[in-house]
Amino acid sequence: MDMNELQTKVCKILADNLSIPEDQVTPKARFQEDLDADSLDLVEAVLALEEEFGVTIPEEEMEGVRTVGQAIQLVADKLGVAA
Amino acid sequence: MAESTVALVTGASRGIGKAAVLALGRTGLRVAVGYRSDAEGAEEIAAKAAADGGEALAVHVDVQLEESIDEAFGRIERELGPVRVLVNNAGFTKDGLAVKYGTATWDKTIDTNLRGPFLCSRRALPGMLKARWGRIVNVASVAAIRGNAGQTAYTASKAGLAMLTRSLAREVGGRGITVNAVCPGFVETKMTEVQTEEIRRRYLDMTPAGRFGAPEEVAAVIAFLAGAEASYVNGAVIAVDGGLSA
Repeated sequence: MDMNELQTKVCKILADNLSIPEDQVTPKARFQEDLDADSLDLVEAVLALEEEFGVTIPEEEMEGVRTVGQAIQLVADKLGVAA
Repeated sequence: MAESTVALVTGASRGIGKAAVLALGRTGLRVAVGYRSDAEGAEEIAAKAAADGGEALAVHVDVQLEESIDEAFGRIERELGPVRVLVNNAGFTKDGLAVKYGTATWDKTIDTNLRGPFLCSRRALPGMLKARWGRIVNVASVAAIRGNAGQTAYTASKAGLAMLTRSLAREVGGRGITVNAVCPGFVETKMTEVQTEEIRRRYLDMTPAGRFGAPEEVAAVIAFLAGAEASYVNGAVIAVDGGLSA
């Protein structure tokens, strides 16, 4: 999987989970301010990403995630997908 | 959430847990009978629930151990389905004055009564969140409400469980999940039969009902909280104690 493919997949999962149109889920979008996601929404989205990609994302690593791009990068790092 | 709903009751081989299994089974749930040491007892309860027309499965789970919890949930998911109703009932108590209370006993009390319910809830929640439906019922104690000489560990663990109940209810209440606690008073079980006559008499005097409770009387409240009708009850810590804490 390359970075583009990963980005598309992550954005789709996030859009499904947060119940927002896919075109709003861009790397720059901030979860709280732009996507109106609260902390539990974010945890649920992370659970969905973990399930989809078979990775584990501990709480400490979730803490710094403010934007969709950071979430994509987090999954990319876990999977060893380079930009 | 009709016939396919799966419940896990921990510490279910006897006492309140056993009664809860039978009560939940009668409401049509498929019930995992969690036990730590009494496999035979758990198998018996499972058979009894099945004879009542339900479906039940005895599952080993030591709530002090994260791996054991994970293993148990895995087995239940494979054999019955995802857990939508969790009854954190497994409990441990050993009385003793604080000055001479052993650290290991303190740890075992907290690990079983407080950490265990947290770990089980954490394991159950992702599935409940996904389903947008879930019920967690914590079996606390009247000891969560009033202090008791000789029970620093037990009362602290149960009061902690009551607050875990309230905080978790606030966290997940927006997702169709309720988290409630029952606080049994003096109920006739293995846990209370070890008490001295003097303590039994003292509790009896303090209980307006004028008698001790039966496990079934607590199980009825657990079954209500686990059911669809209790949908607007969340974060409640409900005394089931014959008036002891009134």
